[in-house]
Amino acid sequence: MKLEKLLLQNRTIILKRWLDSILESYSSDTKRFLKKQSDQFANPVGQTISKEIGNLFQELLEGVDPARLSPILDRIVRIRAVQDFSPSQAIFFVFQLKGVIRKELNKEIRENRLSDELAEFESRIDDMALIAFDVYMRCREKIYEISANQAKNQVSRLLQRAGLISEVPEWEPHQKETT
Amino acid sequence: MNFIIGILFSLVVVGIFVLIPWVGVWAFDLRYLFGIIVPYAAVATFIVGIIIRVLGWARSPSPFRIPTTAGQQKSLPWIKQNKIDNPSGTIGVIIRMALEILLFRSLFRNMSLEFRGGAKLAYEWEKWLWIAALAFHYSFLVVLLRHLRFFTEPIPAFVRWIEKLDGLFEIGIAPFAGFAAPGILISGFILIAALTYLFLRRLYISQTRYISLPADYFPLFLIIGIAATGILMRHMGVFMQFIFKVDWFSVQVVNVKELAMGLVTFNPKIPEGIGTIFFIHLFLVSTLIAYFPFSKLVHMAGIFLSPTRNLANNSRTVRHINPWDYPVHVHSYDEYEDEFREKMVEAGLPVEKMPESQTEDGSGTQEEAEKE
Amino acid sequence: MSDVPKPEELAKVDHTSPLITGWMNSPVEIKKGVACYAGKPKNLEYVGLPNPREWSPLDEDWKLPDNWKEIILDGLRERLERFRSLKIFMDICVRCGACADKCHFFIGGGDPRNMPVLRAELLRSIYRREYTTAGKIMGKFAGARDLTVDVLKEWWYYFFQCTECRRCSVFCPYGIDTAEITIIGRELLNLVGLNIDWISAPVANCYRTGNHLGIQPHAYKDMLDFFVDDIEEITGVKMEPSFNRKGAEILFITPSGDVFADPGTYTCMGYIMLFHYLQKMGLDITWSTYASEGGNFGYFTSHEMAKRLNAKMYAEAKRLGVKWILGGECGHMWRVINQYMDTFNGPADFLEEPVSPITGTKFENAKGTKMVHIIEFTADLIKHNKLKLDPSRNDNLKVTFHDSCNPARGMGLLEEPRYVIKNVCNNFYEMPENTIRELTFCCGGGAGLNAGEDMELRMRGGLPRANAVKHVHEKYGVNMLACICAIDRAVFPDLMQYWIPEVGVIGVHEMIGNALILEGEKERTTDLRSEPLHGMEEVEEAEEVKKEEKVEENKDV
Repeated sequence: MKLEKLLLQNRTIILKRWLDSILESYSSDTKRFLKKQSDQFANPVGQTISKEIGNLFQELLEGVDPARLSPILDRIVRIRAVQDFSPSQAIFFVFQLKGVIRKELNKEIRENRLSDELAEFESRIDDMALIAFDVYMRCREKIYEISANQAKNQVSRLLQRAGLISEVPEWEPHQKETT
Repeated sequence: MNFIIGILFSLVVVGIFVLIPWVGVWAFDLRYLFGIIVPYAAVATFIVGIIIRVLGWARSPSPFRIPTTAGQQKSLPWIKQNKIDNPSGTIGVIIRMALEILLFRSLFRNMSLEFRGGAKLAYEWEKWLWIAALAFHYSFLVVLLRHLRFFTEPIPAFVRWIEKLDGLFEIGIAPFAGFAAPGILISGFILIAALTYLFLRRLYISQTRYISLPADYFPLFLIIGIAATGILMRHMGVFMQFIFKVDWFSVQVVNVKELAMGLVTFNPKIPEGIGTIFFIHLFLVSTLIAYFPFSKLVHMAGIFLSPTRNLANNSRTVRHINPWDYPVHVHSYDEYEDEFREKMVEAGLPVEKMPESQTEDGSGTQEEAEKE
Repeated sequence: MSDVPKPEELAKVDHTSPLITGWMNSPVEIKKGVACYAGKPKNLEYVGLPNPREWSPLDEDWKLPDNWKEIILDGLRERLERFRSLKIFMDICVRCGACADKCHFFIGGGDPRNMPVLRAELLRSIYRREYTTAGKIMGKFAGARDLTVDVLKEWWYYFFQCTECRRCSVFCPYGIDTAEITIIGRELLNLVGLNIDWISAPVANCYRTGNHLGIQPHAYKDMLDFFVDDIEEITGVKMEPSFNRKGAEILFITPSGDVFADPGTYTCMGYIMLFHYLQKMGLDITWSTYASEGGNFGYFTSHEMAKRLNAKMYAEAKRLGVKWILGGECGHMWRVINQYMDTFNGPADFLEEPVSPITGTKFENAKGTKMVHIIEFTADLIKHNKLKLDPSRNDNLKVTFHDSCNPARGMGLLEEPRYVIKNVCNNFYEMPENTIRELTFCCGGGAGLNAGEDMELRMRGGLPRANAVKHVHEKYGVNMLACICAIDRAVFPDLMQYWIPEVGVIGVHEMIGNALILEGEKERTTDLRSEPLHGMEEVEEAEEVKKEEKVEENKDV
């Protein structure tokens, strides 16, 4: 595939532009911090995103394998799922790759008549978006689950003691005594 | 308020402060006003202002010991205490404060992360912040001390040393016979470079740009103005006169000293031969001095009183008194027991008073009996 | 807003950059998932807090009293006179930005108002308007603005997005401490009845019953009896903790979270076991149902409320006639004890300078408050070889240690817990240096923010910490996050579940409970969580089978 070669050649610039456009979704004051702070512990958000989009790009070049894409997407989406974004905002970054490629490789694609290949690659991106959506939902469900359990967890032992919840399925002698 | 307005506003204000003495001296010859009255007024404002400020702070007590502990506490004898970052006594506090004030230790913390984290670019700007802050404050100090030569007679030895040190980088241009350029004093240039960096940084880093106020830009521009006029006088006066035959920047040092000595000996007079540029310089300095107590620049005094730094972490050893402490409502044990006594007795918990039902004869005991 | 915006519009919603508008002109939207619920009127009434009413932060009308502005401004003036810290911090900030990216909420969420400097400016802008000449004359040019209802809402939203962790204050060249600003900001908000349920309910409960959950005395004892049963089952040793016992030498106070919620409960079992172990060696200690809370949510309300709740510790020590007090593993509890208690409710002249009855060590650093941290106490025991320990019983754990903000930056308890951990387990790994000790990252739920409704806020605030845990998890296989704070033990399980589900949470004294070799104990096959010990998986399975058989038999009978 010619396009693949082209994408590989322009990997650095595409990833840079992709990262830039993702960071656009943050406040301009935050953007610079996310971009410049390269200590992975002082800046987990920026560093995770910039690292994982590289992995996503690599995966896309090789096809769409949900089993492999899903954990990578998870690392980005998990962060965006708790950052004041609406669902569409949270996974919009996937689609942004399309625009970046079209813009960066516009000339080459036209000159080499690669639009068919591009369409194929873009459909991979669409597939990836679907996976991202699943991941996003999983993260949100997790948050709701954690919130819902929060109250219970805070007094778990008390409830257990009062016989309101029973987490131990088997019969145990001391439990029998208390009930 | 956005940063553009903030910067423009500050620039305009500083511009006006340049124009006032310029017009005043050049057009109206108000030398007495700008050479004597304004400086006296400024110094008076400074002294009164700072005293009011510091007394104002001091009037509010530190009710609690709230040092930020940035190291191991003093605990068991075999555990090594970090006596500087978590001082338990006065000496530790003094060292901590000294490092803070003289070396900006907390700012330095930013940079030390770079080596720990291992990431190359990490904290780069923060390292520069620390360096620029040091460069700015120390070059300013050197410049200030150098100026003592105008206010003292004879000039103290340490002022001469500082000058010598400052002029170590003297380039010694002597392009023309009979012309001796005054030695280049590096401190003024460092001052301007550091200020420029601090300004650009404030502008360039989006976080600081977002939080910056005109009150942040104004002192930067003002001090740049002061340094610039100073450098023009010091280094450009003779030069301009010699090359272009104009005396815009020329100032007779002897006369300036006469004026300065007059001011400090309370015997003010305005000698001849002092160019307008000097009055601009002096007016900007006066502005800075007068502005000082009412601005963020009072951090110079405030740092000494900062409770998270100037208190020892010894509040488990020594009782710290809160001067405005007042009694509060508490839920006493008796109230507590009154509410839960029955249940406590039932659970076998000791109580102060046995339930009335048990101490009194009659019904209570009967009830108990019935329960049984 | 239209119901179906284009994704591009949505994704760039923040792109209308505050660069041009400036923060004062950027409106604040109070969001679900970040904002906590409002305090309930009954809880405010119980402790006499102002303006009790039903209200919701998501409503337009917050039902403020008519003279709210006067109340706030008077309150601010009063506090400026009372707290030098506030006055200085209002005046000397130069906005250098050193603190900007040190806040976990900013790092994980990216909201510029979570930069510590800006959080403080929220208050400073009003201070300038009301109390400085420049602010009065020049308004916005001097960084001043009018106090409006919107400003008040902004305060509420952002002072309840600060966990008072003090990380920023470590980096500030003037020591400006955002925790102090938040504490006083919340105090002001409380004057007009603005607070959160997760704080005001525990406060009322603690005032009445002695602990945050409102557990009545008999239930408190009941819970500990429950642990005694569990311990007996695991170790074969019967223990007898005593309660409200007059004449005991030491009073023990720990956060109630340790008594009622996993995994704190296991830490609590660790305490019981340690005390039992030391009993024969001369430890004479009692628990209290009246002073049954080490934590102090009053501290998240106002200094006065902190003092009112803290009073119980000394009052109970005095009533019981103990010599000194031992305090359990907790975070803000220890900041209050270390930096406030003696001032609040001292002098504790009815107590004696704490001396370990086992080792004879004088705890000189606690000779004023007469209250010793259990980690200090235990570290001393281990140092003197007073504990028989089998660290291999913690071999199924690969442990890292989270420095809780308050013991780290409000006390300096850094080496003691590490010493203890290294003696009770064989696999200990530190997280990266810029995330531990005095640079530790908050759990994201401190200072009363560990509610359920602000889970998004907690998850993003905890991201920097979780990220560091993830690093040691991936690098060393760390599967357990140790801590010495009850809020940590409540917050981290949720945080880990979201970011690194493979990692559990443990209190240091739970590890001690596991490792401690008790006199007359049976061979242990499980840890305190009834999970099989390392290498005991098979034995445990066999046990289970036996047990089941027994149960079957019982049933038949």
